Amino acid sequence: MIDVNSISFRYHEDWVLQDVSFRVEKGEFLGVIGPNGSGKTTLLKILYHLLSPQRGEILLELVPMKKMSRSDIGKRIAVVAQETHLLFPFSVLEMVLMGRSPYLGHLMFESEKDLEIAKKAMEWTKILPFSERPIDELSGGERKRVFIARALAQEPEVILLDEPTANLDIHHQIDFLDLILNLNRERGLTIIMASHDMNIASEFCDRLILLQGGRIYKMGTPEEVITKENIERVYGCEVWVDQNPISGMPRISLLKKVSD
Amino acid sequence: MKIITSKKVLTISIFLSLLLILVILVSITMGSVKVPPLRSIRILFQSILGLKGAGSETERTIILSLRLPRAILAGFVGAGLSVAGATFQALLRNPLADPYILGVSSGAAVGAIIAILLGLSTFSLGLPLASFLGALLTIMVVFYFGRQDGKIHPNTLLLAGVIIGSFLSALIMFFISVSQKEELHTIIFWLMGDFSFSNARAILIIFPYVLLGILFLYLRSRHLNLILSGEENAVQLGVDVERLKLVSYLSASLVTAASVSVCGLIGFVGLIIPHSVRLIFGPDHRLLIPASALVGASFLIASDTFARTILAPSELPVGVITAAFGGPFFIYLLRTRKVIKTL
Repeated sequence: MIDVNSISFRYHEDWVLQDVSFRVEKGEFLGVIGPNGSGKTTLLKILYHLLSPQRGEILLELVPMKKMSRSDIGKRIAVVAQETHLLFPFSVLEMVLMGRSPYLGHLMFESEKDLEIAKKAMEWTKILPFSERPIDELSGGERKRVFIARALAQEPEVILLDEPTANLDIHHQIDFLDLILNLNRERGLTIIMASHDMNIASEFCDRLILLQGGRIYKMGTPEEVITKENIERVYGCEVWVDQNPISGMPRISLLKKVSD
Repeated sequence: MKIITSKKVLTISIFLSLLLILVILVSITMGSVKVPPLRSIRILFQSILGLKGAGSETERTIILSLRLPRAILAGFVGAGLSVAGATFQALLRNPLADPYILGVSSGAAVGAIIAILLGLSTFSLGLPLASFLGALLTIMVVFYFGRQDGKIHPNTLLLAGVIIGSFLSALIMFFISVSQKEELHTIIFWLMGDFSFSNARAILIIFPYVLLGILFLYLRSRHLNLILSGEENAVQLGVDVERLKLVSYLSASLVTAASVSVCGLIGFVGLIIPHSVRLIFGPDHRLLIPASALVGASFLIASDTFARTILAPSELPVGVITAAFGGPFFIYLLRTRKVIKTL
């Protein structure tokens, strides 16, 4: 589905990503983890071509991304970014309808069909009851679902998630991730998620990429990536890794430095 | 489900156009020379139909060559400033932005003052052409400094605009301090915004810029919605953001330049009309742009009518009226409608 071929990227002098290569299979749920400044967000921005790498290239179904038009990318890759600030609040429905933008081209207004697609996306994410409410009156969890609905209205093949669970309580974290997992399993959507929460990444992702200083330190299944040795080496702090007793996936416990 | 459709935009635009026509009709019946209202309107319609009949020669001149062109001019300026204000608010993602925030107005003022000091204002279009030139130069300089690596950065653009604007204000102060008494009056009226030195031919300068500018911005209105929640957001939805910023900056700046060059710095219209329209019709630019144009035109024609009649036979600068009426009305809207959270 997506081939990342030895890309390197820098904003100014220093390389933020160096010689990163990997392949994302169709229908995969891929997690990107790593410390602050390891290049997670930059990598996501490159994956939807907001930034283009100075070296290497990215192929989407074997077509180089830099040869694709903005709207072609928007039809295939949707992004749910960290909190966006809206200057003037639109209603929930208006926000979700914006997801149809890549398909409208020069048309000024959405059609009945676009409205149908938006409604289905809202039904799926259970936000239909408050479709008329201004977006700034919603809670953090509801707002996240609006952006997922907008992403679904784009009818994409890939959804990129940047720190999707930041600012959500555990109940909303699980609700949100179950929704994403459903999209992944039932609709075969490819999901790429950058997250700080390694326990969540371990539970939900098929495969993980662990970044360190802009390079891939380790790539593989959660069991291969989340080991005491890897995490301590990359994050530089002591952790305890065992298994989640229910799912059997690796689980991280933090250890304080000052002993009692 | 409430969404913006072409039908809704058309219906509201037709309604607001009727309001605009009504305001124009009332405006041409009012003035220091009393022409009975019905006769004024008959003169107008007969001339549209190519007939001659009602009214004396003087009355026809007053209605057709003075009041009507002035109303049309005020309409173009009001529409242009309102749409430019709405665009700058979206482009700079700043609710306090108005058409003058990037220094275009100061550039126009320097051009106008130089024309006044050199005595060029006695030529029929000397003043507007000089101020348009000043505005154009400012647009280019601000654009040059507001870019990095070939991209427009809204915050850099804002800083460049504000700083160049302040520099030009210093020039304005300097010119004022060295000018003679007679010139001073003209300069100050120009700075406050005034239609009394404009003539019908100024319409020819302003209308292509305002009409084309508004049309260009309207065609981008769906994308302006997307940029409200950030450039990255718009990119994610398939918008060529650099092109959008370039086209909207240039269109809104040229519309502003053309507008101020014919009547000076009329304040407030470009700030409060877009906000008022947003409070009533919502933030969607597909409705906001045409509605702001029509409401802005009506508002400025009405304000100018007050400005030239309230102390007749002498005239107030129209900027005094727009601020005096616009401010309290906007506060009223803010209190009664839901508040803009970011203000």
